[in-house]
Amino acid sequence: MQSETKSRVDKLTSPHGYPVAVIRFEGDIASTSKDAVIGAYQSLNKETAKLVMLDFTGVEYINSSGIALIIQLLIEASNSGQKVYAFGLSPHFTKVFTMVGITKYASLYSTQADALASL
Amino acid sequence: MSESKSTTVEVRLPTKLGYEKVAMSTAASVAKLMGFPEDRVEDLKTAVAEACINAIEHGNRLNEKLSVGMVLRADSDALEVKVLDDGTGMTKQPPRPDIDRKMHGEEGPRGMGMFLIQALVDEVEWVPGADGKSSYVRLVIKLDKAAA
Repeated sequence: MQSETKSRVDKLTSPHGYPVAVIRFEGDIASTSKDAVIGAYQSLNKETAKLVMLDFTGVEYINSSGIALIIQLLIEASNSGQKVYAFGLSPHFTKVFTMVGITKYASLYSTQADALASL
Repeated sequence: MSESKSTTVEVRLPTKLGYEKVAMSTAASVAKLMGFPEDRVEDLKTAVAEACINAIEHGNRLNEKLSVGMVLRADSDALEVKVLDDGTGMTKQPPRPDIDRKMHGEEGPRGMGMFLIQALVDEVEWVPGADGKSSYVRLVIKLDKAAA
């Protein structure tokens, strides 16, 4: 019943020339999404991917188990000296991420262009 | 005092993760019929989903022989949602999640469901079953017509 979460990684360059790894999610982010969230993150080269963006544009449903996976990703990124940014969240999930404090550890932007321009 | 007529909708869900989305959709449909604005419908959806996940994981302990009930009661000014399971109910509230403690490994990354429920609806209470099971959580979201 839980819809499968898909993810893929794109390599971009910011307007100021910084390399950025973007993990794009599609589907629900729930307890079954560990491979799509943590697996995709762990596939990044931690030495070269110092700037990581999470694209939630294709995500409609995130529950507390999914938020826990995002926090787990943020913990690993923090321990690896990476900075994490997120974009594409709906207004509701922007509110939820803010309520649980994720915004202290990952800046939220409306669009990919806004997130890239901030670097 | 005039009697207001309420409408009741009942749903029975299997104890399987993912079926909380059926409860979410049903609650959202009722809330939209009542005239709730979109942002409050989204709040309700997350609160209902988390209540059902708690019922599936903790109340019924993922026992697929059991089911989770949801009863929606739509009144003129509020929507009440009861999510029922076969657990004993909560004896004490979990601590409020702390993102800094989570980031530093001092508490687990999970444990935000009840916090989200409390933050997103107007009233919430956890009611243990009188017989040691059949407990429920009761949520109320109020229709603020001025804001609608």
